[in-house]
Amino acid sequence: MLIRKLGYSALATSLLLLSGCEGGVLDPKGQVGIDEKYLIIVATVLMLLVVVPVIGMTLYFAWRYREGREHEIYDPKWAHSNKVEAVVWLIPIVIIAILGALTWYSTQKLDPYKSLDHEHKPITIQVVSLNWKWLFIYPEQGIATVNEVVFPKDVPVEFKITSDTTMNSFFIPQLGSQIYSMAGMTTRLNLIANEAGEFDGISANYSGAGFTGMKFKAIAKPSEQAFEDWVKAVKHSPAALTDSSYAQLAQPSENNPVDYYGTVENEMFQHVVMQFMGNMKHHEQPEHSAHMSMQAED
Amino acid sequence: MSLLGNITLDAIPYHEPIIMVTLAVIGVIGLAVVGLITKYEKWGVLWHNWLTSVDHKRLGIMYIILALVMLIRGFSDAIMMRTQLAIATNGSEGYLPPEHYDQIFTAHGIIMIIFMAMPFMIGLMNIVLPLQIGARDVAFPFMNNLSFWFTASGAVLINISLGLGEFAKTGWLAYPPLSEMSFSPGVGVDYYIWALQISGIGTLLTGVNFLATVFKMRAPGMKLMQMPIFTWTCTWANILIVASFPILTAVLGLLTLDRYLDFHFFTNDGGGNAMMYINLFWAWGHPEVYILVLPAFGIFSEVISTFTGKRLFGYTSMVWASGAISILGFVVWLHHFFTMGSSADVNAFFGVMTMIIAIPTGVKLFNWLFTMYRGRLRITVPVLWTLGFMVTFSIGGMTGVLLAIPGADYVLHNSLFLVAHFHNTIIGGAVFGYMAGFAFWFPKATGFHLNERLGKYSFWCWQIGFYVAFMPLYVLGFLGMTRRLNHTNNPDWNIWLYVAALGAVIIFAGIILQFVQLYVSIRDREQNPDLDGDPWNGHTLEWSTASPPQFYNFATLPKVHDIDAFTDMKEKGIEYQAPDEYLPIHMPSNTAAGMQVAGAAGIVGFALIWHIWWLAIVGALGIVVAFIARCYANNVDYYVEPQEIAEIEQAHLANVASVKEELV
Repeated sequence: MLIRKLGYSALATSLLLLSGCEGGVLDPKGQVGIDEKYLIIVATVLMLLVVVPVIGMTLYFAWRYREGREHEIYDPKWAHSNKVEAVVWLIPIVIIAILGALTWYSTQKLDPYKSLDHEHKPITIQVVSLNWKWLFIYPEQGIATVNEVVFPKDVPVEFKITSDTTMNSFFIPQLGSQIYSMAGMTTRLNLIANEAGEFDGISANYSGAGFTGMKFKAIAKPSEQAFEDWVKAVKHSPAALTDSSYAQLAQPSENNPVDYYGTVENEMFQHVVMQFMGNMKHHEQPEHSAHMSMQAED
Repeated sequence: MSLLGNITLDAIPYHEPIIMVTLAVIGVIGLAVVGLITKYEKWGVLWHNWLTSVDHKRLGIMYIILALVMLIRGFSDAIMMRTQLAIATNGSEGYLPPEHYDQIFTAHGIIMIIFMAMPFMIGLMNIVLPLQIGARDVAFPFMNNLSFWFTASGAVLINISLGLGEFAKTGWLAYPPLSEMSFSPGVGVDYYIWALQISGIGTLLTGVNFLATVFKMRAPGMKLMQMPIFTWTCTWANILIVASFPILTAVLGLLTLDRYLDFHFFTNDGGGNAMMYINLFWAWGHPEVYILVLPAFGIFSEVISTFTGKRLFGYTSMVWASGAISILGFVVWLHHFFTMGSSADVNAFFGVMTMIIAIPTGVKLFNWLFTMYRGRLRITVPVLWTLGFMVTFSIGGMTGVLLAIPGADYVLHNSLFLVAHFHNTIIGGAVFGYMAGFAFWFPKATGFHLNERLGKYSFWCWQIGFYVAFMPLYVLGFLGMTRRLNHTNNPDWNIWLYVAALGAVIIFAGIILQFVQLYVSIRDREQNPDLDGDPWNGHTLEWSTASPPQFYNFATLPKVHDIDAFTDMKEKGIEYQAPDEYLPIHMPSNTAAGMQVAGAAGIVGFALIWHIWWLAIVGALGIVVAFIARCYANNVDYYVEPQEIAEIEQAHLANVASVKEELV
């Protein structure tokens, strides 16, 4: 009895407290996150339809058929019943069939690679995980930032993600899905912010000593104009992201502060992705990179 | 290159007070144990009756002792992590810097899974399975001893890393490229590789051994579909071991080539691809969790049916549900990395396959329920663990299915929600099962009972501690806290981190109570003997033997006509029938060869970790020499004479008669 009470009160308090809490995946500020929160709730309710009766029956049967209750029927050889067997197979099958359909449908819909259905053309931001910080390159704006990523609200953002070192996972919990960053590869993630605001961004895959400090801020500006203003301000930054400044940035460092680069060398992201391919040291032979980058885009 | 390879004085972490104190404590305890053995002149007993024994029952007990020792080590890691995270809030650094902390969470995972849960499961299987099928031992008794020592060798290696060098700072999965030479140049990953590799070979041999045992050595009359359910679930687990452990061996081998010989299987450059490691690792890793939990399901089935005094409901369903879980367990590995960028179709396929596993698992839960239905349930310690499991595992299963939905996993992956989920299933499923089995078969293995009251106290501490420790982690996962963080800076999280630490303390009390229970029970063993060998009115053949069982198990092989073979005999009134005459029994002799081979393998591992090439060659030669010596040994078996058998059997039957008289 005690177990159930404890379990339920734990669940109940957590749900109560969770709904009051800010931040996290149950307080989404973007469409993807909202869909995912809804999916979690629907699936949980569906499963509780089976789980609660099972827990209840466990405790009830254990209590009802305990030793010393001689008035209850005792049937030591009763071990098979086609009816019961049919029901106990059927109930999980039905629930899982429903959940399976929900899974198939939601997985297609929430595919991180799929562009979001939105009238607005997405902006592209390239993401590089470094030891232990995040580099964001804005190819359309020609700027780059460290540990801070900025975009306007209500505009879909297409992240193209890679790693310079170990594997990380690019994750802004309040906006929804995460995806791994891996060296020599590009992964994609489409997100959108429905509200302006500043959200926590993390690496969600352990990557070594400086992992805990590998945090960034994701800032959704209230309007496209505000975003353009911010871009202009960054462009005034004297720092330039070139091969040499990149090499410097790529040195391991922990708890890196936010940093801005007013200009970015062409195809910087492709260079980072392609640096591991073959014997080509692209930093010395940048002329190859244009050719290689086409493959990277594939 | 010196004679000692890469070992230098710096390899000893004398500047780490926590480690040095731990080492001192281990040293003191070790000396005390050595002193006690010497004082009571038990070295001969230890050597002849235990270390060199090929008796499955004694090996089983040694496996469980190893598991309990490793439980202390793994739990120390756990409580250090929880206290670190409870202290290191609001931007404070805590007392464990990443350098040390990252080793602790890696070691915790490996120790708890490979050196606590696996030996516990294999130990119970060793003690019980041959008895349940009416066999005199396993198919290959020497190989069984060898398997144990391989496991022990791995455990020794991982513990050496505490005092010499470091352990891996990669997480228990050791994902490359982090685990490659370029990012982890120290010896930590090498300790990881060799500890896992050597113990993994032991596990693989165990799988082969027990499959041969159930297929070739069942008592006369016992059909496959009459094997006790625990034997069946172990058999499915062994099939999984045989099918999946070679993958682990191979993937560790590839990582070894990368690290030692500059290969490029998983490196960033040179055409390597870390995704291959991640796929291969989980192609072993997912079946591995079913290897842990299936035998626990078997234990719950035995416990419920014994203590309700009923046949197990839906035996056939149970067998095939276990089989379905085993087979499906091989086609779900990708759900560990939905976030690696697979297409929606691939993710959806693996998500749905994963959910389908919930069907046979749900059937099992219902079958346990209907076993209780119209029974007479005695609420003993094993039953408490079973009821606790059924409640707890239902929640763990639910969160598992939730994580199997890719859309949900995209936000919950790698979060503390995930950590809470797998502890929910591994503790609430596998460990609760082993605890139930421990209490259930303890009188059988030792000949005396465990203290019931302390067992119940321990259970409640575990059960309550589990909820207090892990429910907050579910919450923290929803709040966006990812795993393996060294410190936090989010006021919303603090309260949950404190509560979780409190939960760990409650579990700690449960563990202490368990050891107190063990101590008290051993102290009072004379008062609580299990004389007739059938303390619970059992259904299966292990309860027909003495407690502890005769070293040859069965004087004459039992004839089996029913799933509940012993109940069947009791109903026919032939359960303790002495035969007209006893025939000599062919038995394997003890041997030190297992210790020699596995010890040499441990030396090879140690030498390779520290690049002491000459020692690696010596160790490898040692393996070959010890093995050849064993092949040519002549004194590998002997016969137990009928007269000795008759004496032992008469003593047992007299005990049985005395118990029956008391009842009358």
